[in-house]
Amino acid sequence: MAEEKIGVYICHCGTNIGGKVDVEEVTKWAATQPNVAVAREYKYMCSDPGQDLIKNDIKELGITRAVVAACSPTMHEPTFRKAASDGGLNPYLLQMANIREHCSWVTIDPVAATAKAKRILSAQIHRLPLNEPLEPIEVPVNHDVLVVGGGIAGIEAALKLSATGKHVTLVERNPSIGGHMAMFDKTFPTLDCAACILTPKMSALGKDPNITLMAYSEVEYVEGYVGNFTVKVRKKARYVNTDICTGCGACQEACVVRKVKSEFDQGLGFRSAIYIPFAQAVPLRATIDPAKCLTLSKGKCKQQTCVSACGPGAIDFEQKDEVVELDVGAIIMATGFELWDAAQETRYGYGRLDNVITSLEFERISNASGPTGGEIVCKNGEAPKSVVILHCVGSRDQNYQEFCSRVCCMYSLKFSHLIKEHLPETEVYELYIDMRCFGKNYEEFYRRLMDEGVNFVRGRAAEVTDVALSPDEEGRLVVKTEDTLLGIVRRIPADMVILSAGLSPAHDAKEVSQIFGFGCSANGFYLERHPKLEPVATVTDGIFIAGCCQYPKDIPDTVAQAGAAAAGVLGLVDNDTVKVEPTISYIDPEKCSGCHICVGLCPHNAIQYNEEKNAAEVIEAACKGCGVCVSACGSNVPQQRGYLDVQIFAEIEGALAV
Amino acid sequence: MSDNGFEPRLIGFLCRWCSYNGADLAGTARLKYPPNMVPIKTNCSGRVEPTHIMKAFADGADGVIIAGCHPGDCHYINGNYRTAGRYPLMEKLLEQLGLEHGRVRLEWVSAAEGDKFARVVGEFTEEIRALGPLGWSEQFKDEAAAVAPEAVTA
Amino acid sequence: MSKFKFAMYWAGSCGGCEIALLEIQAKIIEVDQNYDVVFWPAAADFKYKDVEGYDDGYIDVCLFNGCIRNSENEHLANLLRAKSKVLVAFGACATMGGIPGLANLSSAQEIKDLVYTQTPSVDNPDKVYPQERFTVPEGELDLPHMYDTVKTLEQTVDVDYFMPGCPPEAHQIAGVLDVVTAALKGEGELPPKGATIGVAPKSCCDECERVKDEKKIAGFRRIWEFFPDREKCLLEQGVICMGPATAAGCGARCTSVGMACRGCYGPPEGVVDQGAKMLSTLASIIDAPDPDEIARIAATVPDPVGTFYRFGLASSLLRRARV
Repeated sequence: MAEEKIGVYICHCGTNIGGKVDVEEVTKWAATQPNVAVAREYKYMCSDPGQDLIKNDIKELGITRAVVAACSPTMHEPTFRKAASDGGLNPYLLQMANIREHCSWVTIDPVAATAKAKRILSAQIHRLPLNEPLEPIEVPVNHDVLVVGGGIAGIEAALKLSATGKHVTLVERNPSIGGHMAMFDKTFPTLDCAACILTPKMSALGKDPNITLMAYSEVEYVEGYVGNFTVKVRKKARYVNTDICTGCGACQEACVVRKVKSEFDQGLGFRSAIYIPFAQAVPLRATIDPAKCLTLSKGKCKQQTCVSACGPGAIDFEQKDEVVELDVGAIIMATGFELWDAAQETRYGYGRLDNVITSLEFERISNASGPTGGEIVCKNGEAPKSVVILHCVGSRDQNYQEFCSRVCCMYSLKFSHLIKEHLPETEVYELYIDMRCFGKNYEEFYRRLMDEGVNFVRGRAAEVTDVALSPDEEGRLVVKTEDTLLGIVRRIPADMVILSAGLSPAHDAKEVSQIFGFGCSANGFYLERHPKLEPVATVTDGIFIAGCCQYPKDIPDTVAQAGAAAAGVLGLVDNDTVKVEPTISYIDPEKCSGCHICVGLCPHNAIQYNEEKNAAEVIEAACKGCGVCVSACGSNVPQQRGYLDVQIFAEIEGALAV
Repeated sequence: MSDNGFEPRLIGFLCRWCSYNGADLAGTARLKYPPNMVPIKTNCSGRVEPTHIMKAFADGADGVIIAGCHPGDCHYINGNYRTAGRYPLMEKLLEQLGLEHGRVRLEWVSAAEGDKFARVVGEFTEEIRALGPLGWSEQFKDEAAAVAPEAVTA
Repeated sequence: MSKFKFAMYWAGSCGGCEIALLEIQAKIIEVDQNYDVVFWPAAADFKYKDVEGYDDGYIDVCLFNGCIRNSENEHLANLLRAKSKVLVAFGACATMGGIPGLANLSSAQEIKDLVYTQTPSVDNPDKVYPQERFTVPEGELDLPHMYDTVKTLEQTVDVDYFMPGCPPEAHQIAGVLDVVTAALKGEGELPPKGATIGVAPKSCCDECERVKDEKKIAGFRRIWEFFPDREKCLLEQGVICMGPATAAGCGARCTSVGMACRGCYGPPEGVVDQGAKMLSTLASIIDAPDPDEIARIAATVPDPVGTFYRFGLASSLLRRARV
C-alpha cells in the first residue's frame, strides 16, 4: 500500500459534539494515528471556513485521504465529499465518522463519549488507505412520471407536473379519481364545498393531454432504478368499452340489480351492478361489478337490460384484464389512507347500534348529493334532537393507534357547524380529549363554534348504550362519559352518535411499499427519507410520497406536499442524466467459476449469466449495491465498490484497536 | 458499571437504510445508551458475512450485533433474508467453537425505531457484561512461550 | 553438474502426502536425476542431527507436510526452515491444519483423556498416561510435548509456497516440480513468494462437469439418502458441497464420482476464511418465503464446524474452539 496522508477533521458542532466529547483530546490523539498527516478541530466543520480547512490541506499539504468526524453521513456526507472534490480529491476518498448521532448525543459520560469517538474515528482511519477513487455512474433519465393514487394529492401532483410539460400517467385503483375528498361535503375551516374546489381539478386532469389516466388499475410490479423504472399496471376489466361509453348512465338505470351498497356512499346508498360511482366521476365511464352482475357472476341475466339500454353498444362481457408496461423516470406515491375501522371499538356500538355512524358516513349524510340528499336524519328518517360527536376514536389510544390523526378535531367542528346550520334546535356535543386546532384560521373556527352553542365536553366517552335509565333516555342512545372539567360522570342522551375515527394506513400499504421497494414506519404509513428534511422522498431514489399515505394530514398540507413531491420529481426528470452511487458490485469474469449462485440471489435481477464467457455479469445500471452477491459467492468474486472485504476488515480492526 | 470494571467491546454492523438511520434517530432523540458498541455501516445486512463476525471476535470483540431492516422492509427486497439464514447457522458454529450463546445477536431495527436501537444496545451491553470478556486472542498469547525446541532430540 | 538437494518431512499428518509424491509415477525418475535426497524419513534413513549439521540454505527444496501438533513438529519446522532455500507447505495439513486441525475443538488433555481412558477398547484402570520425560537406568527418555492448539506451518515459520490438497494431486505435484526444477536450473522463474501453487485460478465449480443453474434449496440431504442426479450440481440437490468455496486444481475428482467436495484444496484466492465463506454461501441459497423458515432450515446442518472447517479450522480466523 502506498504511503497515504490522511487529514482528520473533527467538528465541535457547537456544543452538540464539543459539549460531550473532548474534541481537543481526540484531535491530539488522531494526530498520532497511522498515516495521519494532520488533525484539525473546528467549531462548525460544515461551514465554509470549515470546509476550506479540508480544501486547503488537499492543496497545500497534499492530503490524499480525509475523514470528517462530525454528524451522520446522512446529514453532511454530500457536503464534505463535495468539498473534497472541490479541493481536487476524489470524493470517495473521504469518509465520515459519526460522532454526533452515534456518540455525543447518546452517551451520558463525557470520558466514555471521548473514548467512543476515538474508536469510531479509528475505524475510518484504518479504512481510508484502502479506499479507492470512485466515479458516480451517470445514467439516462426517462422524463415521464407515474403518479399512483388519484385523490387530491395525486391529482394535484399530476397537474403540477403536467403544467411543466412532463407526461404523467396517473394510476387509480377505483373506477374514478377523487379519493376521499370527493366524498366530503364541506371543508374546514373555510366551509368551501369540497366538490366545488375538487371537481374542476378532476375534470382538468381528465382532459389534460399530458396526463394519461388509468383508473380502475393497479400497479403490480416495479423494477429499475432512479430515472429508469419499468412498471407493470393491471387495467382491470370494466366490461365496458371506455372508448365508446359516453357516461350517460342509462345502463345503471336499466340494470336489474339495483341494491348494491354504494362504496362511495359508505354503504348508506345503493348503486346498480353496472355503475358510475358518482355524478362527477372522472373518467365518466360505467363499470360492471363482476361479483354482482348476474351475467358475469352467475351467467344468467335473462334480460341483459344494460346491453339494450346502451346506445353506443359499449358493454363487453368478454373484456379481460390488461397488463400495461410503462417506462418512467420517477414515481409519486399518493395512495392515501383508510378510515380506522370503528367496529373494533365495540363499546361504542358501531355496527351494532343504529345511528352510531362514522365520520365518513356523516360526510355522505350531510352531502347534498348523498343518500339523504343532504338532510341530516337518523335511520328512521327523523332529524336528531341531540347529536354526540366522539373524538379520537382509534386515535391517541395505546390499544389501537397511538398517534393523533390530526384532522378529526377540525372535521368534528365542521360537523357541529353543519348540524347547527341544518338543525338549529339540535343539541350538539363534542367529547374531546384535547382540541387540536393548529392550522391557519383553525382556532378561530373553534371559537366560532363555541359561539354557535355547541357543547364541548372534555372527556373520552366510556360507552355508547341503548339501555335507558330514565324516561328521557327511552328509545335513544346514551353516551356515558366523564366530564373531566366538571369532575362528574355524565349520561348524554343522543339520537345520533358520530365516531370521529382516526386515519389509518391503507390495509395493503405494506405490500404496496414492497412492490415499490421502500418501507413503512412503525405506524404503518410510508416511511419518508428524513422526517424533517426529506418528508416527500423515500429511501428509493426517484420515488416520492405525498398526502395521507405518509401520515394523516389535512387538505392544505396534502396539496402542499403534492407540490413538493412534484418539485422533487421535476428536479430529477427535468435532467437528461442522473448520477447514481458507484457502490455497486462488479465481477471479474476471469475469476468466476460459473456456479450460478449469485444469479439466483440478486434481488434486482442485476446479475445475468454470460454463456459465452461462462461467467456471471453485473448489469451496472440495475445493481443497487446491496452486496448480497458478495457475501453469497464462495469465491469472493463479486466485489462491492466502497464495501470491499478489506475495507470492512480494516474498519473492524480500527474499531478494536483503541 | 460492573464491579470488575469490565467494559465489553462491541461491534455493530448496521444496514444503511434501516438500522443506521434508527441509530441516527436514537441520537436525534437524545436517547441514552451505553457507549460500548462501535457501528460499522454496510448498505444491507445481507452484505454482512460470517467472516466479518469472526474477524471481530478474533480481533478482540466481546460481542457482535447485526442489525437490519425488518423482514419485508428491506431496501433490497430480501437481502435481509440472507442474513436471517446465515445467523442461526453461524450461531451454531460459534457455539461449537465455545462461544457462549448470545455473543452474537441479530436484530431488526427500522429507521423509525430509535428507541428500539437504544434499548437493544443497552440490553446487549449488559448481557455481554454478564458473560464477561471473550478474549479470543488471549488463547494464542502464550503460544510462543510454549515452544521448547531443546526438549526434542532425535 | 551436482544435483539439487531435496527434502520431504512428515509432521502431523496421515502420510498420504508421502504416497502422493510417488503418484507422479515415472516422473519420480526425473526427480532422482535432478535431486539428491538429503532428508526424507519416510523413504530413507536420516537422523535429525544430520540435518542439524547442514549449512543454512543447504536444502534446495523441502516439501513439508503435516500440521504442527507437538514440539517435535515445531522443532523440525524451524530446523527445515533454516536449512531450506525453498520451503513448501505441502498438503492440506501443512497449509491449513487439515483433518488434524479439527483437534482444535478439544484441548490436548481432553484428547489424552479420550484416547487413554475413555475409548471402549482401552483397559487402563490406573489411568496411566504417557510421560513426556521418564528416567530409565540408561538415562532420561522424552516424548515431544503435545500442544493444545494445532498450527499450520505458516503459523510456525516463514513459508515460501503453499500447496494444498488432501493430498495434492499428482499432476499438480509434477507441474510444481517442473517449475521449481527449471527455476533452480536458471531456466525459469519461481512464482512470487507466498503464492499458493499447484492450484487452478477459480473455484472447484469451474472444473466440475455437472450442470449448474440458479441454486434454491429447501433442505439438506446426504448422498446416502437418495440417488443424486448424475448430471446436476450436487448443491442444487441439497447436498452440502464445498465446491464454491474451494480452490480448483484437483480436477473436481470427488464431484465427478458423485461425492460432494469436502474442501481439501482450501479457499480460492481472495477468500480469507473458507468455512465462514461456505457457511455464508450455503445459508444464502436456502429458499423459503419467510425468514423464520429459512433460519429453521439453516439450523438443520448437523455439524457446522466439521462440515465447513473439515480441513481449515486451524487456519481460520478463530483457529480453535475455546475449551
